[in-house]
Amino acid sequence: MARVMRNFVERHTFWAIVLLLVVALFLLMIFAVWPDWLVEAMGRKKTFVNTLLNGITLGGLYFLVASGFTLIFGLMRNVNLAHGSMYLLGAYIGYEVADRTGNWFLGLAVAFVAVALSGILLQVLIFRRMADDDLRQTLVTIGISIIAADAMLAIWTGTTYQFSPPDWLFGATTLPVVSVVKSSGAAVYIKYPVFRLVVLAIAVAVGIGLWVFLNRTRIGMMIRAGVNDREMLSASGVNVQLVFVLVFAIGAGLAGFAGVIGGTALSVAPGEDIRYLLASLVVVIVGGLGSISGAAIGALIIGLAEQFGLAYFPTYGVVLTFLIMVVVLAVRPQGLMGGR
Amino acid sequence: MGKLKHLLAATVALSLAGPAVAAAEDIKMGALATLEGAFTALGEDGLRGVKLALEEFDYMAGGKKIELITGSSDASPDSAIRAVRKLVEQDKVQLVIGPLSGSEGLAVKDYAKTQPNVTFLNGSSAAQDTTLRSPAENFFRFNTEGAQWMAGLGEYAYNEKGYRNVAVLAEDYSFPYTQVFGFLEPFCRLGGKSAIDARFWVPIGNKDYSSVIAALPDDVDAIFVALGGADAVNFLTQYEQSGGDLPLIGGSITVDQSVLGSKGKARSFVVGTPSAGPVSDTWDDPRWKEFVGAYQKAFPDGFPSPSLFAHAYYVNTKAALLALNEVNGDLSDGEKKFREALSKLSFETPTGMVSVDERRNAIADIFLTEVSEGPDGNLLNKTIKVIPQVNQTLGVSYDKFLEYGQVGRENPTCG
Amino acid sequence: MDSRGLFSGSFSIKDVHPAILITAVFLVAYPSFATDFFIFQIGAYSLILGTIALSLMMLAGYGGMVSLAQLTVAGLAAYLMAILGDNSMGVMGLGWPWWLTVIVSVLGAALFSTFIGAVSVRTEGIYTIMITLAVAVAFFYFVRQNYVLFNGFTGFAGVEPPTLFGIYWRDPVPFYYLTLTVAVGFFGAVYYCARSTFGLALQAIRDNPRRMRALGFNVTLHRIVAYFFAGVIAGFAGVLLVWFNGRVSPGTIGVDVAIDILVIAVVGGLRHPVGPFLGAIAFVLLENFAIDLIDRERFNMVIGTAFLLVVLFSPDGLLGLWNRFRDKFRFRGNALLGDERVSKNDPTSTGSLEKN
Repeated sequence: MARVMRNFVERHTFWAIVLLLVVALFLLMIFAVWPDWLVEAMGRKKTFVNTLLNGITLGGLYFLVASGFTLIFGLMRNVNLAHGSMYLLGAYIGYEVADRTGNWFLGLAVAFVAVALSGILLQVLIFRRMADDDLRQTLVTIGISIIAADAMLAIWTGTTYQFSPPDWLFGATTLPVVSVVKSSGAAVYIKYPVFRLVVLAIAVAVGIGLWVFLNRTRIGMMIRAGVNDREMLSASGVNVQLVFVLVFAIGAGLAGFAGVIGGTALSVAPGEDIRYLLASLVVVIVGGLGSISGAAIGALIIGLAEQFGLAYFPTYGVVLTFLIMVVVLAVRPQGLMGGR
Repeated sequence: MGKLKHLLAATVALSLAGPAVAAAEDIKMGALATLEGAFTALGEDGLRGVKLALEEFDYMAGGKKIELITGSSDASPDSAIRAVRKLVEQDKVQLVIGPLSGSEGLAVKDYAKTQPNVTFLNGSSAAQDTTLRSPAENFFRFNTEGAQWMAGLGEYAYNEKGYRNVAVLAEDYSFPYTQVFGFLEPFCRLGGKSAIDARFWVPIGNKDYSSVIAALPDDVDAIFVALGGADAVNFLTQYEQSGGDLPLIGGSITVDQSVLGSKGKARSFVVGTPSAGPVSDTWDDPRWKEFVGAYQKAFPDGFPSPSLFAHAYYVNTKAALLALNEVNGDLSDGEKKFREALSKLSFETPTGMVSVDERRNAIADIFLTEVSEGPDGNLLNKTIKVIPQVNQTLGVSYDKFLEYGQVGRENPTCG
Repeated sequence: MDSRGLFSGSFSIKDVHPAILITAVFLVAYPSFATDFFIFQIGAYSLILGTIALSLMMLAGYGGMVSLAQLTVAGLAAYLMAILGDNSMGVMGLGWPWWLTVIVSVLGAALFSTFIGAVSVRTEGIYTIMITLAVAVAFFYFVRQNYVLFNGFTGFAGVEPPTLFGIYWRDPVPFYYLTLTVAVGFFGAVYYCARSTFGLALQAIRDNPRRMRALGFNVTLHRIVAYFFAGVIAGFAGVLLVWFNGRVSPGTIGVDVAIDILVIAVVGGLRHPVGPFLGAIAFVLLENFAIDLIDRERFNMVIGTAFLLVVLFSPDGLLGLWNRFRDKFRFRGNALLGDERVSKNDPTSTGSLEKN
């Protein structure tokens, strides 16, 4: 990671400085008390800080979903358009377990394992049979997602589900950030939902975990080698199929895991499968297919764009993310971090 | 060649014309509801309403047997048109009950104009313009619509609750526009305020409200929330989570059973939220209780209590059956007598007397409710007040009402 | 690319298969024995959906570019018809003469398609499906939120074809012949195009873009031009679609409908321009009559399963099933047709979808 950063700074000094300035400006806007002219121009500070935090935490959720998608693509060139269905399936399974046992963490774990298993099934039964035929894989996974969506509708109906996480995860906390200073001189601090901060923490943890796994373990080395040259890897005696299954399991499991996280932060209902599939698509197109760091950056950008769009110009906010995608494609077709 | 053509014609005609042949004495009734997609459960409940009314009449009206044919849409107007066209042109139904949602209703009304020999009765769709502007001669709506549903709520918020300045949070399409209009019109007339920049219109299907919540102003007395289904559930949870403490006022589907009864977190902070709508689950009236009892008996696997969709479909179907009885099943002469009977009909429903105005829109009672905690800790809507016989123009004349203009993001301005 | 296709550009009347003749007679005579419902909602609607799917088939089958935005292109044309022509919503409706409206709508759609092509062809293969899906969704959201031009969630109603030569063109029979003319016209155009220099180059690019680039072909330009042609086809279909429905709203161009178009094209078969029409007929019949046979509630399950079975077991769709059945039949000794005809009737090479 550090090396990547150094490389980036050396190669794109100008952009590194711009990035640094933007981050500094944001930090200033978070911690300083806003003067009147800024409130005039931007609205209240509370709105801005909350939206910023929401964008970052939503980005965290998007990263959880998209990292699995991009991991699978990066290694196997498999485009799994049933990824959104896996998200939703994980959410429903997690809900059932959490509801029956009363243990939210157990729901999270079972969702990961169950969806990972379904990913293994998908890899063994479908993808392995049509390796190197990515168009057919795409069509097959579209078919699967149509059926899965209808099956889930039949089982869990159109009702909205929400998780009941442990109480210490639910509710609001006070951040050490001043919203406004009242005329009496008392400072009003900003309140923020705890769970969204947890989402961000989990996303960062998963990101670091994936990085360590890929860069510091033997299997991770194999995977990276497989990304670069699959034939060489298998020629050197590694059971490539086993590595594929493992990666598919992790990628799918992450989608199921994200389902529970997302279902807790927001809710679970039919149609979320397409929503998160689209979010993943846009994130990886912007970030670059197959790159974990690209997924992180893409998720952050899309999360921020969505939330700022919603808060500041709700009418066209939903179109903004797609506009970003088209601009990125026009300027850098392989995505921000995608290599060619 | 000619022979071949005849042969082809014969085989195809045989296979195509099958369903059109039926006993001449039966009356064919089509029912259109959303039986696919995310609204399936609601459409099914609508159909339960149709069947409940038919069973009450033993599938007989005007001395003739009623044959029910169902059509399905996915809540988009295009699919509603295709389904209703099949019912009318292929299955040859003589009357149609449906559709379920507002934009479908507008489309079916337009289609009704092209089929002058068929009579259309609404299902549960509640868009204002279905009957208000350029209505169809053969489209009847025996249920009330979105603006009517808000009757009494604006007055209640101003007079009883003492709110003077409200923010608005609603989905960005015609049904919430209608509800916001129905709420704000009396509220503002009494002197209440709702600034244009304190109205937040979010895209339908939005799930993450945290940034919108942060943008809501602090200097208002309450927030009028017109969201439905999953959107409402998400908003309520996130509002509680972010420590919001302003009182809420609910649209007709914001704090209904589908939201209060959704799986997961209890939302006790909504206790005391006023709302208004065409039905009230807990109305202590024998007519309503009898209806709920019949529903629960006939459909043990249905909802715990009939939804407003079952109710609306039931009322419309019942109107059709009563009118058929009145004319002895006479549907000749472009169903002229039948329509006259419908126009003059005035009958008891589970929610009071219903009749239609000159544009064939219902005049009926509206229920003002408040969320309260039930005996076993569950949340339900308690009936505060029944607003009697609300008409579509909310008490003013038709011409005066049209001057208010089409519902939209900025109607009424209320500055 | 199979070299046989390169030399089969010639076409003579004795190549006309009797099945084609029978189909032609059936299509022309159809209104004389079908009910209005079957003429309009089954016949005309199948032809419209088939034409939209044809534009996808042309891109996917010949160009190897699976675009999920073809319905969006048709939808833009439909919207332009309502915006530039007349509608009953009191929003826009500039009242242009019908012929000008049609021309501008189709051109607008074609340009939009070209734009989509330009954005997506710079990337290879699987990116296309993702990008076009994203474009389709973006356009859907945009029209749903924009009230000034597109009248938002409600959309437009009251869009009617003109009354011309004393005929009201939305009456079932005239409208059927109108859609038939357009559909057959584009069917012929795509059929011919596949044999033209451009079509052959496009198919060669699909199979091996690198080699074609080395040979001096402008790969990007060929692909973008294909998008333009597909846009013209989808644009005309969009005009017919808005006349058929009389209305257009965001629901008309939703993701689920875009996926339906893909299902139609793939289930019908992407190898031959007749595939999309077969798929459309099957789809429309199922859509209308599934409710009489099965529980409508699980309609998507039926559609999804059919789609999955086809992509899993018969990548050439219904057309492939038919060909396989026919081959089997022929093996039994009923060799009416020479083997060379098989290759002539099957202009695209096999196995093309496996690599791109």
